[in-house]
Amino acid sequence: MKEFPATDYVVAFVFAVAVLATVAGALIAVLTSRIIRSVCGLMICCFGLAGLYYFLHSPFLTLMEILIYVGAICVTIIFAVMLAEPDEAPRRETRRAAVGWGGGALLASGAAFWGISRVGLNHSWITPAAKVNQGTVKDIGISLLTTYSLAFELISLVILVAILGALVIARYGRTKP
Amino acid sequence: MNLNISPHQPDIYLILAAFLFAAGIFGMVRRRTLIGMLIAGELIFSSASLNLVALNHFFAPDPTAGQVFALFILALAAAEASIALSIIIAVYRNYRSINSQELSELNG
Repeated sequence: MKEFPATDYVVAFVFAVAVLATVAGALIAVLTSRIIRSVCGLMICCFGLAGLYYFLHSPFLTLMEILIYVGAICVTIIFAVMLAEPDEAPRRETRRAAVGWGGGALLASGAAFWGISRVGLNHSWITPAAKVNQGTVKDIGISLLTTYSLAFELISLVILVAILGALVIARYGRTKP
Repeated sequence: MNLNISPHQPDIYLILAAFLFAAGIFGMVRRRTLIGMLIAGELIFSSASLNLVALNHFFAPDPTAGQVFALFILALAAAEASIALSIIIAVYRNYRSINSQELSELNG
């Protein structure tokens, strides 16, 4: 069977798109002043992350990332943006304070980036001799219902409590006098 | 250090995870509304999740462990976002603002 032409370049292009979407989405999410653009940046970042998960051989996680992050969390944040008025007012701080806080934040995040990537890249990781399974959706299902069944049930309990708590907190103060 | 930019090497994933974490910290410090801080928190969650999945894919004998943990992180992030947004709505109803500098009633 003849191979599809230029497969390597197509794969490299898709990978580059995923990486660039992740980086650009994260930058948009933290740097814009309007919150709605920031939410859109989070969406772009999640699409890029979904592509990266696909390259890491976890298609189920790709689907869940798009479904939960883009489909649920970002839409919920947009609802909150519509209910509150989150646009940041023009800064009232002095120019010196702005430079100081911005420089401090940049320094802290730069230090975290440098430290974590240095630790990750310089550590001599050990590649395992053999994998115990293939990591397919079927294997995920089996390990969810055997090894991680207690954690799975606890997560469902946490989500139930979170839904009830969200309803109670958001409803407070809306009862008629 | 020589960087290996390839989809089949762990380097680029680790660097991306570190970048997402750094972006999350920057947003957490610089944002002045609660929703912006929540978005930065989601970035930090994604960074942890990407790091787990990448290290699990390349260096762990059980390929499902990282995916299951990333699923748990997704579920916890969803629960956290719903609680945080309902708190934000309640705060907005009380103060008519979600600017983190104006919520200073407990500030001594």
